[in-house]
Amino acid sequence: MTTLRHFETPLLKTSFHPRTEAANKLWSWGNWGGYTTALTFEDLSMEHSAIRNTATVYDLCPMIKYRVEGPDATAYLNRLTIRNAAKLSVGGVHYTAWVNDAGHLLDDGTLFRLAQDRYRICCQERHLNWLLDSGHGFDVTITEETEEIAALSLQGPTSAEILRLGGFGIDGLKPYRMAEFALGDGWLMISRTGFTGDLGYELWTTPDQALALWDRLFAAGALHGLRPIGSDALNIARLEAGFVITGLDFTPADTCLREDRLRSPLELGLGWLIDWDKGHFTGKAALHKQRATGTKWSFVGLEIDGNISAEGAILYHDRKHEIGVITGACWSPILKKNIALAQILTKHLAGVNIWTEIYALRELHYEKLMMVARVVDRPFFNPDRRRATPPGRF
Amino acid sequence: MSYDALIIGAGHNGLVTACYLARAGLKVLVVEKNDWVGGAAVSRELYPGFTYSNCSYVSSLFRPEIMRDLELPKHGLQILPYEGGALFTSDGGYLGMFRDHEANRREFARHSRRDAEAYDRYSRDILRNCRLIRPMLMRRPPDLASFAPRDLSELAWLGKQITGQSEAQIYDMMRFWTMSIADFLDEYFENPAVKAYQAVGSIIGTALGPMSPGTAYVLLHHAMGDVDGNVGSWGYSRGGMGGITSALHASLRASGGEVQAGSGVRQILIQNGRAVGVVLDNGKEIKAKRVISNMDVRRTFLKHVEEKELPGDFLKRVQTFKTRGSSGKLNIALDGVPNFTALPKGAPNIRGDLHFTDTIEKMEAAYDDWKAGHFSQNPFQDVMIPTLIDPTMTPPGKHFMSCFVQYAPPKIEGRDWTDADRDAFRDACLNQIEQYAPGFKSLILHAEVRTPRELEAEVGLTDGNIFQGELTFDQMFFNRPVPGYANYRSPIRDLWICGSSTHPGGGVMGAPGRNAAAEVLRDMKMPAKNMSDAYAIV
Repeated sequence: MTTLRHFETPLLKTSFHPRTEAANKLWSWGNWGGYTTALTFEDLSMEHSAIRNTATVYDLCPMIKYRVEGPDATAYLNRLTIRNAAKLSVGGVHYTAWVNDAGHLLDDGTLFRLAQDRYRICCQERHLNWLLDSGHGFDVTITEETEEIAALSLQGPTSAEILRLGGFGIDGLKPYRMAEFALGDGWLMISRTGFTGDLGYELWTTPDQALALWDRLFAAGALHGLRPIGSDALNIARLEAGFVITGLDFTPADTCLREDRLRSPLELGLGWLIDWDKGHFTGKAALHKQRATGTKWSFVGLEIDGNISAEGAILYHDRKHEIGVITGACWSPILKKNIALAQILTKHLAGVNIWTEIYALRELHYEKLMMVARVVDRPFFNPDRRRATPPGRF
Repeated sequence: MSYDALIIGAGHNGLVTACYLARAGLKVLVVEKNDWVGGAAVSRELYPGFTYSNCSYVSSLFRPEIMRDLELPKHGLQILPYEGGALFTSDGGYLGMFRDHEANRREFARHSRRDAEAYDRYSRDILRNCRLIRPMLMRRPPDLASFAPRDLSELAWLGKQITGQSEAQIYDMMRFWTMSIADFLDEYFENPAVKAYQAVGSIIGTALGPMSPGTAYVLLHHAMGDVDGNVGSWGYSRGGMGGITSALHASLRASGGEVQAGSGVRQILIQNGRAVGVVLDNGKEIKAKRVISNMDVRRTFLKHVEEKELPGDFLKRVQTFKTRGSSGKLNIALDGVPNFTALPKGAPNIRGDLHFTDTIEKMEAAYDDWKAGHFSQNPFQDVMIPTLIDPTMTPPGKHFMSCFVQYAPPKIEGRDWTDADRDAFRDACLNQIEQYAPGFKSLILHAEVRTPRELEAEVGLTDGNIFQGELTFDQMFFNRPVPGYANYRSPIRDLWICGSSTHPGGGVMGAPGRNAAAEVLRDMKMPAKNMSDAYAIV
């Protein structure tokens, strides 16, 4: 008889679970990549408001992490990803994406250059196969380290002040840079990154330091409105920031059944990431061809009339012809606008005569609305405090 | 007394055909040689208080459109999903399957992290092929040599399905349909146990080894079904697989059809090139405007039709149609739950399919024995204990265990099976299980042992082939059973075939029976009311 009991816990708990469990007054949990994660701790509006007003922590442990190291690490990443990894200096972070040979998106994520020949990839989906297969011919080692790293996102106007009070000197830390600090008998890596489009940091340490980190932040944040947030509040903030989520805004190619649902970075508005001059990279030929012929689909930010969120709504041209679908939407409390992200046929990108069909369920009856949608620039929300270095007090 | 349609054999396809025709208003009779209905979807009580699934033992392929059309739930049909399963490894460990995606990934990751993450891509590719093949199941294949408008339009439809894919996908499809499962799995996985587990569906019922080309398709055949939308999932029929045929029987009775059991067909009566009825073994003659055989194509035309009535080319094709038996079955009444020592206490995996062949090579070696004319000394088994989920089949605390076994040839070194062969075959299977569950043998209250000999003698499956003909590409689609006769007809007017020898083949699917009924009604220029097309979205 073996002693394995893993089948009793199909959902794992993160390193912060003792704290998130105590804070989750609504007992509202979801499954993120096999981990028990909070959807809302206490009050969705208060949690979103804290992201834009004070500071928040969000448990990032389920984010998939791979370590890429070896003499060919940079060359390997330049082959794998569409952005130029060689331009990323040590201590830097950039947003990137990777595609298959046909140029179809597999995932997006952040790339951290930890040392000259050592990187970390953080992403939504699991790709060990793809990463290993892409490594043929490169002197590089790829290791999944999701469970070896505990990560917490600290976001909001008072986040810098809380770090200062916690004893971490982050005044010189610019956006998309990272710095390492001592934490207990271990280490803490702080990157000025995040998924809210606001002033904020992501904190990376080992699981054994997780609870001490949490407690230190909450002690420092007691007078600065620090509160934990769940995925629901974060989703509103990321929509305001115009960020894409794999699996919600596009279906990753390695799980996409229907070939007409595959999307390229050009079709997802991520063409700006591509370095066409860095030499060969996976999918380059296909993307090159698509750039020349133009894409069938585009990805846009929309402002929609009225006050009802248009999640999952169909887009129409001239109220009649289907031209796309809304992949994420919300009423933005910070903008006082109805915003959305959408896949739309490129030929309708000019943005005239776009309508969206919204069904507002009120007391068990639908009020059917046909509302005008306008294509607008992303991000919807982009405050100066996000970039200011040193960051302001609030 | 004359019937509009006389169906030979009360197996699931014969009953499906009968039900649709009865609902269309035809006067329908099903004749069955055994005293019970069911064919290979049958549940019998061979030991007091224990109901078995004597042949087929799990359900996934049975088309939900048919369940709905024929109101089978109203007549008692219930399909129970089951949890997971396990492959026991020779080092005393196991590889489990879980319904939960993440639990399953973590279990696979114990054996290979890479394979655990490859599983999604593998599932996507299998599912892509399922989406392509599913709409074909409920259509009559086109005749490639015909210029009839219907054949041309059917061919055009087929072409559109295939060319609707990307170039890369078409290549992948052509490779998938022709390659061996061993080669296919090598493209995704590295761990031997992971590969052996995935290969299970590729050999079941087929006289091929996992290294034989064509076995990847057999896997698809076992993956294209679903339980309530979970494609690739399998379930138990509550009360045993006979629950499916008893629901069909009840549905048939409710729409005015009848079954006469207890005497089989001796001869199909043919006058002036037309089938006009049958003579039963008991001498009774029954007239019918058309005769529809649910027997396999070889049994139908080589044993119950005079050779002189058949064109030589057709006869030759039927004679060479491959019905090579490959499997046997043990049905066991147990006094308690066997203790599979590798499984942790409380693990749900025991409620699913259990296997003991932990490498592709061992599976292939089991096939080598078959080629040499022996049953496998170290057989592949698909073992299930449905009574861990279904409370209706045994007394509480007692269990029914179904063991599907490969390989077992139709003949032992060219001669017939003897009772001694059968007992040795039984012992090879029981000893294998005992190895992984010590004390198992002492729990056995009764065991029914079925080699191809028993499957042919009782169920009527030629050579004991459970699919009424192998699912190899040369015998599929417009080539099943015979090129030019994939339309459920035969060279003899008013003699039809509706069993698994016809498109889309074996498994408790019902699609051959449904398609045959559609063709009969079309031939009679009657509308196929109450008959659904395949559900559009997979």
